[in-house]
Amino acid sequence: MSAHGKPYVREVSRYAWFFRSPRYLRYMVREVTCVFIALHALILLVALRRLSEGREAWESFLHNLTGPAGVVLQLVILAFAVYHSTSWFNVTPKAMPVQIGEKFLPGAVIIGAHYAGWFVASIAVLFLAGAF
Amino acid sequence: MSERTVELEVLRFNPETDSEPRFQRYSVPCMNEWVVLDALNHVKEIMDPTLSYRWSCHMAVCGSCGMMINGEPKLACKAFLREYEGVIRVEPLAHFPIQRDLVTVIDDFVTKLKRVKPYLIPKAVQPVEAGEFRQSPAELKRYKQYTLCINCMLCYAACPEYGLVPKFIGPAAISLAHRYNEDSRDGGREERQQEIASNEGVWECSFVGACSEVCPEHVDPAGALQQVKIKSTVDWYQEHLMPWNKK
Amino acid sequence: MAKSNKPIVWGLFAAGGTVTAFLTPALVLLTLLPAFGVMPELLAYDNLRAFAGLWIGKLILFGMLFLMLWHAAHRLRVTLHDFGVRADGAVAVAVYLAAAAGTLAAGYFLLRI
Repeated sequence: MSAHGKPYVREVSRYAWFFRSPRYLRYMVREVTCVFIALHALILLVALRRLSEGREAWESFLHNLTGPAGVVLQLVILAFAVYHSTSWFNVTPKAMPVQIGEKFLPGAVIIGAHYAGWFVASIAVLFLAGAF
Repeated sequence: MSERTVELEVLRFNPETDSEPRFQRYSVPCMNEWVVLDALNHVKEIMDPTLSYRWSCHMAVCGSCGMMINGEPKLACKAFLREYEGVIRVEPLAHFPIQRDLVTVIDDFVTKLKRVKPYLIPKAVQPVEAGEFRQSPAELKRYKQYTLCINCMLCYAACPEYGLVPKFIGPAAISLAHRYNEDSRDGGREERQQEIASNEGVWECSFVGACSEVCPEHVDPAGALQQVKIKSTVDWYQEHLMPWNKK
Repeated sequence: MAKSNKPIVWGLFAAGGTVTAFLTPALVLLTLLPAFGVMPELLAYDNLRAFAGLWIGKLILFGMLFLMLWHAAHRLRVTLHDFGVRADGAVAVAVYLAAAAGTLAAGYFLLRI
């Protein structure tokens, strides 16, 4: 360090740093999806509990979940869940590059494969659950 | 050749006289095809010789002229004036202490670079008579991307975790460790893991990805760090579930 | 510098993130559809009870919930740090305890079916 005076340290705002740029904001939205994943897990946990308590408990639970408040909550969860999925799949080539000989598999191929898998898995879940 | 007058708002700080940095405005006659570095050079040569900043190659290979331009970490020699409108705000690279004007104290980065042992550590000592280390093109390709780092520290300025947690070893240093870990001639991975697989190493990273977005050489440090996380996790399970396996 | 033990929670975070990325949207749709007039057969009490009665059903439901909870817990820990909360030790204990509680509860409910 220099002998000519003390360097100046600029403060980084601990609570508001992510307002400094759109890329930081997008990152925080991605991170906050975990709150809604947790909410969904909680709903599933309650579902299991009600299921174990008998027919009336389960049916009343399902009735509440599909009421107006339940639908709004689930739509919000769905939006964040989809953002989690897309942001997750979009970075897979960075975390898991696939080298074949001297070339790397194009990122778009890896991402595309994940989206295809997402589509297949979703259809499978809905089909096996007798949604159609 | 056409000209334009560019308003530069530059953060000044003289450690001998100032208690705080302050902005200074310069109206600089520029050529349209200039970069911010050209404008700064004009200021220093013609208008205000006291302005201090680092630069060298003027072609984005030395990594000296990293600074914040309109809040974005950029190489001043790669920030074209034609991409900017209005007043251009020039500040020293974020997350580093200001030495003077646009010159930052980079000791922290240099120390971390040394910690990760960014040099080949051969698997076994080989005498010169044994010949050269042989490496196929495919083996080279595996780590080549991570050799492109010019140590410009833009990634450290972009990384919010480094800004919040200064002891984080950071994107470039860990990517360079990864470069050597992936080199088929190297046998020093376990030594480097002691540093980069620590809490101050790769585990401080939360994959914001800003580092890769600002990297002028397309090194993709974010990718390197995720790969280090995955390998370190596999390592951890191997070490704890199969301790008889000595690497 | 000692090697961290974070891999254990990060591994769960990554596995959970992958599972939720592939499955959560479809699962939410399953419980949204009844509100729009489509009742998936699985949601009928008898059918779901039968599915959860199978050991494979219990395993699937438990595995899913376990990974979802631990993914959310670890990410929440990091997110709270990003929001400026500095008591990482306390936060870690709180979120992982919650995930563990949820995991145990899931196991308990499933065993009662």
